[in-house]
Amino acid sequence: MSYVQDRLRRTMMFVPGNNPAMIKDAGIYGADSIMLDLEDSVSLPEKDAARLLVYEAIKTVDFGDSEVVVRVNGQDTPYYDEDVKAVVKAGVDVIRLPKTESAAMVHQLVNDVEAAEAEYGIEKGSIGVMAAIESAKGVMHAMEIAEATSLMMGLAVSGEDYTSDMHTKRYPDGQELLFARNMVLQAARAAGVYAFDTVFSNMNDTEGFYRETNYIHELGFDGKSLVNPRQIEMVNSVFNPSQADIEEAFNVQNAIAEARAKGSGVISMNGKMVDKPIVAKASRVLATAKASHLIDEEGNYLGK
Amino acid sequence: MEIKTTGVAGTLESSDIQVMLSKGDNGIEINLDSEVKKLYGDQIEAVIKTTLTHFGLTDAKVKAVDKGALDCVIKARTLAAAQRSTKTTDKPALEVL
Repeated sequence: MSYVQDRLRRTMMFVPGNNPAMIKDAGIYGADSIMLDLEDSVSLPEKDAARLLVYEAIKTVDFGDSEVVVRVNGQDTPYYDEDVKAVVKAGVDVIRLPKTESAAMVHQLVNDVEAAEAEYGIEKGSIGVMAAIESAKGVMHAMEIAEATSLMMGLAVSGEDYTSDMHTKRYPDGQELLFARNMVLQAARAAGVYAFDTVFSNMNDTEGFYRETNYIHELGFDGKSLVNPRQIEMVNSVFNPSQADIEEAFNVQNAIAEARAKGSGVISMNGKMVDKPIVAKASRVLATAKASHLIDEEGNYLGK
Repeated sequence: MEIKTTGVAGTLESSDIQVMLSKGDNGIEINLDSEVKKLYGDQIEAVIKTTLTHFGLTDAKVKAVDKGALDCVIKARTLAAAQRSTKTTDKPALEVL
């Protein structure tokens, strides 16, 4: 395993770090990223045991093609230092820092990761970092956090802590997260890193889950955090381009090729001008389609 | 390394193993309870023994209740129990694993 900056990250599945049954099975569901959690899902007396379990799991459990992320305990806790050391030594792909509020906190993490890499003889820069934005302060500093390091993989909105900090709670319409979601997304896009939406924890509200997932996909998020493997297929169905999207993207590519062959600077398709953003969108649709195995190398549609 | 107190780690949930260590004076004595003892008992005990030996314990009484744990879980739980019983949890002995 090693950190790759650009890859498909539609789904990030949370797995409690002290639960062997869930860790053992985590790789079979096809999540793009698996987030082993040492923070909120582990009770204080179990922090030591969870750390050892996660360390050993990263080294021995087969997580398939999933990227392995570990959420360490916060920098204001006595567990943080040893968490970072352990997961660096184990060879995790990405470390997720909870309650990130400033670039300085990210710099601290990168320094600690580099110190551990040096101690264990691991190549510098082989582990990515990501920041969970969980407070008003974090949201206001989203830009500096996103730009804090070249190792930044992405930003994630964490709705529960944020709404508590904002003196509100989660509502079905998501108005309480409107500002945070957009700030985090803008910062991530401006810095060229990934943006992840918060979890949706009511498993019985399928309609609500689709409503929220469609909404964050519409905003432009790369993916969503999940608490249940059943949600993976649901997110993928929203994030994967449709057959019509893919055909349209191929048409754009063909129009470009045709215009180049003619030596024409202006590209038109069905009488409409194709400009740079449309070309970029088409490339992104095809990259996602390829990464999610909706088309083969030749571009033939394989279906779902 | 000396056992200072009884140390327990792990749960009785599926795929886990609960390991309890207490003082002993006759090498590492393991009392294993497992539904797969006939098939894997020797293997489970070997993993526990190796982990404790690497950690530096030569004498200990071990009570283990296995619920179908993989080797990596047995190692992690045994080490966690060992560190708790020797009061060394603040410095994870990753080199043992």
